[in-house]
Amino acid sequence: MTALTGAVLAQNALSAADLPQIGAPAIEYGTLSPVLAITATALIGVLVEAGAPRRARFGLQSAVAIVGILAALAATVWVSIHDLGKVSFEGTDLLARGKTVAEGALVVDGPTVFLWGLLLVFALVSMLMFAERGLEGGLSGFTGQAAVAPGGAGEREATMAGIEHTEIFPLAMFALLGMMVFPASNDLLTMFVALEVLSLPLYLLCGLARRRRLLSQEAAVKYFLLGAFSSAFFLYGIALVYGYSGSFTLAAIDTAVSNQIAGQNLLLAGMALISVGLLFKVSAVPFQAWTPDVYQGAPTAVTAFMAAGTKVAAFGALLRVFFVGFGGAQWDWRPLMMIVAVLTMVVGAVVLIRQTDVKRMLAYSAIAHSGFILTAFAGAYEGSAGTATITSVSAVMFYLAVYGFSTIGAFAIATLVRDGGGEVGHLARWAGLGRESPVLAGVFALFMLSFAGIPLTAGFMGKWTVFSAAWSGYAWPLVVAGVLTSAVAAYFYVRVIVLMFFADPEGDGPTVAVPSVMTSAVIAVTAAVTIVLGIVPGPVLDLAQNAGTFVR
Amino acid sequence: MSLVWPLLLSCALFGIGLYGVLARRNAILMLIGVELMLNAVNLNLVAFDAWWGDALRSGQSLTLFMIAVAAAEIGLGLAIVLGLFRATGSADVDLAVVDTDEQADGAR
Repeated sequence: MTALTGAVLAQNALSAADLPQIGAPAIEYGTLSPVLAITATALIGVLVEAGAPRRARFGLQSAVAIVGILAALAATVWVSIHDLGKVSFEGTDLLARGKTVAEGALVVDGPTVFLWGLLLVFALVSMLMFAERGLEGGLSGFTGQAAVAPGGAGEREATMAGIEHTEIFPLAMFALLGMMVFPASNDLLTMFVALEVLSLPLYLLCGLARRRRLLSQEAAVKYFLLGAFSSAFFLYGIALVYGYSGSFTLAAIDTAVSNQIAGQNLLLAGMALISVGLLFKVSAVPFQAWTPDVYQGAPTAVTAFMAAGTKVAAFGALLRVFFVGFGGAQWDWRPLMMIVAVLTMVVGAVVLIRQTDVKRMLAYSAIAHSGFILTAFAGAYEGSAGTATITSVSAVMFYLAVYGFSTIGAFAIATLVRDGGGEVGHLARWAGLGRESPVLAGVFALFMLSFAGIPLTAGFMGKWTVFSAAWSGYAWPLVVAGVLTSAVAAYFYVRVIVLMFFADPEGDGPTVAVPSVMTSAVIAVTAAVTIVLGIVPGPVLDLAQNAGTFVR
Repeated sequence: MSLVWPLLLSCALFGIGLYGVLARRNAILMLIGVELMLNAVNLNLVAFDAWWGDALRSGQSLTLFMIAVAAAEIGLGLAIVLGLFRATGSADVDLAVVDTDEQADGAR
């Protein structure tokens, strides 16, 4: 026995000597500081959960989350100044700026830093909505006891005792961590881990609404099952692409794709399956079925966070995988993506017309807007040095900024229109809101106009950039389809405005709750950004333009 | 061994899992289907890894990551399903869960 073990050990020692030496990986801590700050915030949140007294926990957790996000924002600005050097190739400067870090696992380039900034700002605004306690009589909009049955004695006890789930803050921070790593990942392994880190906390957060808990739990189950299902497709696609190229790094995949080293079938199947996973996350047709149910059932603060954040992260990842990894095969995937873009716009806009619930309406609006963003993606215009025409990457990033602010603002307003049973979802009951609260209805009308793409709102500039990029990429049928569906959707958005201002209220109508400074700040900021980006889009557009292209 | 056999087995596993998710209406059984799909991917990755003779063993590394993440996913998923089961007395995803508030809202 011992002789046998000895022989095995000797054999192991021999083979160990044959292996190359493994050095400690070089991690660029400074460049990664925004991600590390959010990781630290999430972990501190877990410790606060374990150590702080219950009464102090909610305030402490929200303060930790907000301070952490501010620190990460500061770090992002620092990184954007210090670490975005020009990339040169054989003596000439390329459009890309930045570098790969952490032994090639992540890449911090212009688009990454821009998307980090967006994600952090959206998360900051959403955290203010998470921390809102003025609407439920001093309690947050999340259930007090997620483990007990809805409507039971345990729930009432928890409400009486003022018990709250404060884990929502660290959970949201972990989701934010995943969102930040997702568009920055330079290989498919990192991307998969980021996808799961992004999704798992969101599945849980969806099921934690204080009101209508059954609807919320159903939304969580649905989101979880479909999310796990789609990530299985994503993984199968990764496995096939690995079989094709023999590597997970996007650069190596690009080399393999450009050299056509093996049978194309493996690559095509792999690309298709990977796109299923990514298109699911951006809720593109035909993978949009979960969106209305989940957006409606989830606590509204979570919906806002998810609608803005997941979209930013998933579009970032989609662009990086397809432009960097599969750029050489773009004539294979572009036609399919064009079809998906048209379908998404048409289904989103047409089904939107029939909606009667505010949150479902915003969900279909999210689907239609995914379609508009996909037009720029399918246009795949990468620009060339010396021309100022907006590239697909810049257009998508600018649109994400515009859309994210408007959608968070719209969801914030949806939390304020209430009756005795919580938020009033039914649009018919929003009739006459303009008389009840002209300011609130006016701001909601502003967001609707921005979604519709009316000039002088941010939405118009966003649509202009994505359609311009699609046009430059010779995807003019998409532009035509986009303009037509915009007109269809605009009809609905204008109808909502007419309903709020010119229709008579049903019965006594809904009441508008007076929010604390948190939600007021959210609405003020998002409305201001929506106007400013519509009138002077220059600075943000320049930022998006200067971000350049992806580092390969 | 030819690469085809593990790939075929993996395809079959993935198909069975896919069928399970689409055909079953019990959330637990759907989860089992998803697990089958994930394990099909694992098999695929290991087969491709061996075929390429990858010096970094990246395929097998992803397999290890997937085993860990799938465990976390199942833990979380069962918690969500358990919550639904406590609320409705069933883990069936097709039973229309009609919220009382929602009903009241719709009736107005």
